[in-house]
Amino acid sequence: MIEYALWFAFAAFGIGLVFTLWRVVRGPHSADRILALDTMVINAIGLLVVYGISIDRQVYFEAAMLIAMVGFVSTVAYCRFILRGDIIE
Amino acid sequence: MDWDIELIGEILVSAFLVIGGLFALVGSFGLVRLRDCMQRLHAPTKATTLGIGGVLIASMIHFGMSGEQISFHELLITVFLFLTAPLTANFIAKAYLVYRVEESDLPPTTGKYGWAIYHDPPKDPADL
Repeated sequence: MIEYALWFAFAAFGIGLVFTLWRVVRGPHSADRILALDTMVINAIGLLVVYGISIDRQVYFEAAMLIAMVGFVSTVAYCRFILRGDIIE
Repeated sequence: MDWDIELIGEILVSAFLVIGGLFALVGSFGLVRLRDCMQRLHAPTKATTLGIGGVLIASMIHFGMSGEQISFHELLITVFLFLTAPLTANFIAKAYLVYRVEESDLPPTTGKYGWAIYHDPPKDPADL
């Protein structure tokens, strides 16, 4: 039973990645692209956690934690660059 | 049919995986489907964060059943994402406002300084 749930979660996060990629390519405004990149980071964290469950290793939580932190910092940096024209003033 | 603890854990893990995957899929689909940038801001920041929460609860239960002690560092990722999702949404909304909304369309700030996205912050701390 858990294998089918794992495959469903893999498919859901994978299709979510495709949707965010479409919005990154298409997005009419740079705020849309930043939002799509942020969602892409969240989907990548979900894929990592589901993969960690499927091969029964706990190492992937550290990777997911690091990706969450780097994704947050990069989103804030992009928005600061659009808002102020500079990241660290 | 005996309801042993492993079967209940497996059902719980599967249920949380399916719920988390569904919420993440709905959030990512809203990013494609909705029309305006301000509408699009709603879908990923709420639904996708909830989907990640479901998947992380599933992994907590899974490793708690198989391992020796229950681990709580999945909760760290959940707390971190729940803390940072409103911040990123606020920043993205500000970045949208800078380019798409004129300052004259916004209500006055009833202070000496205008909106923070159009003007520099006050240099004097007494003006804050």
